[in-house]
Amino acid sequence: MSILVDNDTRVVVQGITGGEGTFHTGQMLEYGTKVVAGVTPGKGGLKHLDVPVFNTVADAVNEAGANTSCIFVPPPFAADAIMEAAGAGIKLVICITEGIPTRDMVEVDEYLRDRPTRYIGPNCPGAISPGKAKVGIMPAFIHKPGNIGLISRSGTLTYEAVGQLTALDLGQSTCIGIGGDPIVGSSFIDLLSLFQDDPDTEAMVMIGEIGGNAEEKAAQFIAENVTKPVVAFIAGQTAPPGRRMGHAGAIIAGGKGTAADKISALKEVGVHVAESPAEIGITMKNALAK
Amino acid sequence: MKIHEYQGKEILRKYGVAVPDGGAAFTPEEAEAVAKRIGSKKFVVKAQIHAGGRGKGGGVKLADSHEEVKQLADQILGMTLVTHQTGPEGRFVKRLLVEEGANIARELYAGIVLDRESAADVIMVSTEGGVEIEKVAAETPELIFKVKVDPAVGLRPFQVRQLAYALKLEGSQIKSAVKFINALYKAYKETDASMAEINPLVVTEEGEVIALDAKMNFDDNALFRHKDLVEFRDLEEEEPAEIEASKYDLNYIKLDGNVGCMVNGAGLAMATMDIIKLAGGEPANFLDVGGSASAETVKAGFEIIISDPNVKAVLINIFGGIVRCDRVAQGVIDALSDLQVNIPVVVRLAGTNSEEAARMLRESPLEFIVADDFNDGAQKVVGTVA
Repeated sequence: MSILVDNDTRVVVQGITGGEGTFHTGQMLEYGTKVVAGVTPGKGGLKHLDVPVFNTVADAVNEAGANTSCIFVPPPFAADAIMEAAGAGIKLVICITEGIPTRDMVEVDEYLRDRPTRYIGPNCPGAISPGKAKVGIMPAFIHKPGNIGLISRSGTLTYEAVGQLTALDLGQSTCIGIGGDPIVGSSFIDLLSLFQDDPDTEAMVMIGEIGGNAEEKAAQFIAENVTKPVVAFIAGQTAPPGRRMGHAGAIIAGGKGTAADKISALKEVGVHVAESPAEIGITMKNALAK
Repeated sequence: MKIHEYQGKEILRKYGVAVPDGGAAFTPEEAEAVAKRIGSKKFVVKAQIHAGGRGKGGGVKLADSHEEVKQLADQILGMTLVTHQTGPEGRFVKRLLVEEGANIARELYAGIVLDRESAADVIMVSTEGGVEIEKVAAETPELIFKVKVDPAVGLRPFQVRQLAYALKLEGSQIKSAVKFINALYKAYKETDASMAEINPLVVTEEGEVIALDAKMNFDDNALFRHKDLVEFRDLEEEEPAEIEASKYDLNYIKLDGNVGCMVNGAGLAMATMDIIKLAGGEPANFLDVGGSASAETVKAGFEIIISDPNVKAVLINIFGGIVRCDRVAQGVIDALSDLQVNIPVVVRLAGTNSEEAARMLRESPLEFIVADDFNDGAQKVVGTVA
């Protein structure tokens, strides 16, 4: 098994006819992901990369049976695209778009509050269950099917961690980037909980960074609910306060959200924290050997 | 994006937030002219820089006449103001705010920020104004009163009343405070601010509730729908190298160390800074060259890194995913062939086509130090400056 995406995943790509949408749809198809539809308002009826294009997500759901959305829509329209997907009954929405105004995400959060849709992102690489399905932009070839679940706020740092795991022959059940924005859909906690219940996931890696308190919250959740080994790395130990380090959410504000605070919270509950970003894989190997 | 106090007050005034009458001045003559226009008996001359603690640093002065305003403006303009937020090098003062002096009866606090966890705006007030709110939060958190704005229904009148009463206001002051808070929240929301802080919020001897200071920051992601706000950007308050980087869509932040680094992706860039430190070095910068890392962006990034005279070596760390490492390697080779680089350059390329890339670097006439992995890259680059 795995979580979120698998052989039953039927993807609709919102923004399929754009540059990013086109390239990554091609990559997903190549990996064997079932991309059953695309949505670009005004281009319904066309075929793009042999995938039928619809004007609305509702049409993609009704006519092509899409159950998962991958969003490449530009920032000014992305929040609306997320709500459209949720409104059409899509079960899992993954928003890749970077640069969405925070206020728009407040509205998305409100809209999704009482809906059954699970939402990942924005500003994230997506989710992959190696050997089954890839919904996002990560390089597929670095992954290997296996039993490690990975959750990260980063993109390329996630690839770095996956590369280390694969090199040590530690395959992955599912790898998910939750995004680097101040407000994200699914949190570490939501996904740790799914991994804890997934019989094929043996252990988890979480990659956090400075800003906010998602890692501290996750530590609390791990103490109370997680019995599987968890390895963590927190980026930004050398980041100066008050500066946004690339990701909109990666900022130490008012002395809060430092790497030191997050590391100590995680260590306190028995999480194996890798001191160096080059030691994420080996830390997992050692944790499993215990 | 940060703006100056006088710009913040302009915005707030437009939304009906009570602020003292005043205006910006770039010369002593302009300062005098603003004072004459206001026609008050008491004035305040305030240095405009993007940093707090201006009063303690000598950048805020009181004046009793137009002449004194002019004299003080002459003094403050051109001074290098050092505060706890500027660093020891301080900031050169080029702009002033001249405004009417207030008869202060009480100094309070009001601030609005987004609570990330609940994805809702939080409005905070405190009777402890004029001091850093972080200090109040740490020492006497019970003196900060907060309300959370429900995104579905917005800020409710009862919440605004709660805030006003928490400030221990009386009589007609309540009404002034309610109007003030409503207007402040509207300004915050409609401008896509990421923060609005009024510290101090004062009650005057006359019973008015006004913003004596104003700090507003804006969500960079939302600036596309606020062209008017973009004009408030003051490039002179920013690091020149950071401005240069933004022209190429590069994300660069200058730090104090001597090991430069160029990385694709923000998380990996932060992790690269961390591993340099772990290897015993000090990172000179944060630089995310983004997802494409073309020859042009690599070159621009490189020029920016080495424009910092402290940089003694550079680590290039690229994890090629969709980006092919051989293309990045070509970019690095092209960039360095064009530039005069006299410091060691350590390159670590992993992922798509990394072996081909390593071969290209080794075969090029330029002298690269090729690293085998992430840790090796950090060790090697720090080794060159040790």
